[in-house]
Amino acid sequence: MDEEDAGGFAERCAQCSEVNWGLTDGGRFYCRTCHNVIERTREVVSTDVIPNARIQTISKGSRSQKKADEGWEWYVCEGFQLVLKQQAEALEALGVCPQMKDETLCNFWRRYLQKSQQAYCNRPAGETIKTLSVCDSSTDMDSEPEQSSLLHFLSVSESDGDLQTDCSYASSAGKASESTSVCSGSVDGSLYVRKNRKEKLRMSMPMTLSFCYMALLWLKEPMTLSELLRFVVEGHIPYFNAYQHFPEKMKLYGLDLRIFCVESWPVYEEVYNKMIELAAFLDLPRFPDITNNCFLHPDVLCMKYLMEANLPDELHNWTCRVVKKTSMGEADFLTLTPGNKSARKVKYDVLAAAVIVVVLKLLFLLDDHYEWLLSDFSSERKKNNKEGEGGPYFEFKKWYKVIKCTLDVEQKKLDEEKAKYLWKCEKPLFYSVKKKSKILRRRQMVENLQNQFGKLSGSVRPAERPNPSSFQLSWSEENTDGSCFHGHSLKGILQEKHGLLTAINTDYWLCTDELCNEKLCGHLAHYREEDFPKSYHFVLSLFSFLLRIQPSSIHEEVCVIEHKLFNKKLYKKPRYNRSLRK
Amino acid sequence: MDALQVGSALQPALHLPFLPRHLYRAASSNERRLNFWRSKELCLNYIQDALLRKQWKRAAEFLTSYIESLEKDFSTEYMGPSEIIWRVGTEILCNHSPSNVREFNSFIEQMKTLGVKRYLKVCLEHAFHLLCNGRIDEAYQNLSLAESWRFGERTVTQDKEMKLIQAYRGLLDYYSWSNKKNILLEYEKDGFEDMSVEQEMHGFFRKAAVNLKEIIKIPGVWDLFVKSYVDLLEFYGDHQEAREVLTDYAYNSKFPANPNAHVYLYQFLKRHGAPKKSLISALKILHDIVPSHELMIDFNTMLQKSKKRKRRRLGLEVIFAVLDYAGWKKNVKAWSCLARQVKQIVISEKHLDWIKQEWNSRKDWWPAFHFSRYLAKSNWQENERLSYEKALVAGVLLGKDCKYFKYVSHHGCKAQVKKFRTLKKFVNKHSSAYLSISGL
Repeated sequence: MDEEDAGGFAERCAQCSEVNWGLTDGGRFYCRTCHNVIERTREVVSTDVIPNARIQTISKGSRSQKKADEGWEWYVCEGFQLVLKQQAEALEALGVCPQMKDETLCNFWRRYLQKSQQAYCNRPAGETIKTLSVCDSSTDMDSEPEQSSLLHFLSVSESDGDLQTDCSYASSAGKASESTSVCSGSVDGSLYVRKNRKEKLRMSMPMTLSFCYMALLWLKEPMTLSELLRFVVEGHIPYFNAYQHFPEKMKLYGLDLRIFCVESWPVYEEVYNKMIELAAFLDLPRFPDITNNCFLHPDVLCMKYLMEANLPDELHNWTCRVVKKTSMGEADFLTLTPGNKSARKVKYDVLAAAVIVVVLKLLFLLDDHYEWLLSDFSSERKKNNKEGEGGPYFEFKKWYKVIKCTLDVEQKKLDEEKAKYLWKCEKPLFYSVKKKSKILRRRQMVENLQNQFGKLSGSVRPAERPNPSSFQLSWSEENTDGSCFHGHSLKGILQEKHGLLTAINTDYWLCTDELCNEKLCGHLAHYREEDFPKSYHFVLSLFSFLLRIQPSSIHEEVCVIEHKLFNKKLYKKPRYNRSLRK
Repeated sequence: MDALQVGSALQPALHLPFLPRHLYRAASSNERRLNFWRSKELCLNYIQDALLRKQWKRAAEFLTSYIESLEKDFSTEYMGPSEIIWRVGTEILCNHSPSNVREFNSFIEQMKTLGVKRYLKVCLEHAFHLLCNGRIDEAYQNLSLAESWRFGERTVTQDKEMKLIQAYRGLLDYYSWSNKKNILLEYEKDGFEDMSVEQEMHGFFRKAAVNLKEIIKIPGVWDLFVKSYVDLLEFYGDHQEAREVLTDYAYNSKFPANPNAHVYLYQFLKRHGAPKKSLISALKILHDIVPSHELMIDFNTMLQKSKKRKRRRLGLEVIFAVLDYAGWKKNVKAWSCLARQVKQIVISEKHLDWIKQEWNSRKDWWPAFHFSRYLAKSNWQENERLSYEKALVAGVLLGKDCKYFKYVSHHGCKAQVKKFRTLKKFVNKHSSAYLSISGL
């Protein structure tokens, strides 16, 4: 800390009247003579670390090098900032507009830093960094009981490996109540890991995805959350080993690993819920309206999923009808309003999938009997109608056969991918400098063995992941084997009634006669495979595969839609009983 | 929609009041997120599946992913990723490219560095593998290297492993000694003398003897080691020690029951002209443990010749016991022993009660087992001698009217084989014996 840093501040000290200023670690001015600390802080703009000139670092002193080889002092939120930047760039490469990175995400992040008092604010007295916390569990720690000793956080958790060897190391470091970098590369790593019962959201790796999705949503980009997560898992968006692209001088070790090293696939529900929390935390206004021609609108998204599921285009009319009837196409319903706690939050992809499921139930009943009979009926009809107008009629049986085969193959591939997933990267992390050589040797051995057995298996691991694609399944009408059902007509299952085309099927079964109380069980409906028809389960599993979420999530949405659709019939009660309804 | 049907709805799960909030939700096992260890678990399932189907390439493919878990394996678990990778990798390499020993060696060397506790075990198994591939020298080198390894305090398991390593090295020393001995004998035949070879031979003897002696002290099954050690002792003339070793190996109650021990002892005693008494006592135990042992024939022969009544009685017991086993059904030697003894008893007309005693427990099932009409036919067709001996026994035990005897003697006489006529006469003459035996 040179005198130059105090740069031109020539006021006399209040206590000793000297002009002899220096800067503390916290970036405050202090009088070197009498060690009086004043309120004035110094902001440093450092552009060499983060090229985006608009983002400023948090207020602190100049980067001081502790030792020659130890690198910079850096704060955890800087790390997250870098991660977000990498993710934004990856999204840009995938086709997202550059506005996302330069404006939206960046502003969200700054606002977050401000709200959580990590930057852009005055430090409280005492020069300690406020400990930040979350209300719920986060990252890889699944609902651990709360303890405040460092020792606890270094004990083995379900998702992390064996850290017991480092327990002794941690305990000797002692409780760090001020910002120390003893057990982590970052300055405030140890504090970050500690949990406190405060309302503020603590940043975590899954939350970076929440940030990204929030920005995408704000800009109404054509990428759903399930797509985003799929790209993450496929390696197109840095997440698992994002730290490996940190600058050389930003050393990561010790407790930083707990923060930045991810060892589980992101879960849709978690990322989504965090996003909602985040939006509320940042006091964001109502998001831009989701209108009819927006990608996330059910009408558009349904079309995409219908194509991907190899269903006839004509079904789109039906999905639009369902959306209209249940008023789910309204901008007020679809648009996210963080402040409005009572409004149910919409998961666009799940909603679209559920709408399609409902439409299939409307037309085919899906009770393990009717759809097959209807399929035969439809093929009979086609035979009778030999003029061949409008192309082939859609037959559930044929569709089922094609999709089942494809789904089995793809699901098998996905399962194998999960088993073969490589979590580690070339840049190994270590808990302490003492362990470094051991870890590096291990890494070397791992690479050797992988080479040896890789050659044996003859599989050369592709250097690049397969090209990112919005569609996981694609069907082409040029295929002569008739495996593409897009152009098929629904005439086989429709009949004319009073001049309108209606479904031949006149029955419907509800998935549940009563929705659960979300506050008590966490969901509005529960799903158990054995309780429902196999066709229904098949359709759910198809969309479950496409969206990479559990069938129960889609099932829940289906229940909600059904209740909206059949609202009048369900809640028709005689007047004198009205008071008994909750 | 005209009708509204309600499908089977799942009611929310019942729960006890006052439970913590997070336990209200119905936990679904499917919803566990994919994390590092879970994906490695899945990987292991695929590896296991591929191994069982002998799909080595596929197993190698998945193993490549599984190997990552080494980076997180610093635990002291017994069957952790390190152990699994070692075992699975060995299996794949041995089966996929069995001839590529260099690959295998480099793999094993890496495995040795994976864990202090595992080092000796890996060395030992590596040595086995080399031996199986005929690489004796390499195996020897490995064992010597392992023997000289030191790392802090040794656990009980490691002590045992070290002893095994020393024992196997001793065995290989014996093998070298044996080679030298053969060379020396060759030289002697040709009239050469080579001091250096002899010295080497003695050197190997010393090294081998020390280790072999050590290992056979520990209760266990050390057949190969014992044999080698005894061989060494015999060559250098230390018969006393050899006898002690073998006796101890056979009779020490701490050692597991081992028929071979008694066989070795018997063979040694026979080699050195031990008195009949000790031979018999050695074989007696073998008879008790393994009544169907091949040495029982010799045993019976020895006992039959004896003057002592008890021994002859025992001989009869022994031979009957041997023929209780299916493996001896068609053995001519065994039947001829029994036939001889039975004939002798019948002729002497003494001790028919012996036969009666032995026959008592067998008369229910031996007829169907040995003397069925089908067997009569097949024995006659396959082996005349066999059918002769059996017919004699059948004639005495079951009388001249039994199926077996009638068939064989009829065909034998028809074929005009002289001895069958004698046989017929004999049985007819001594039909009273049958009556006596059958208790009539």
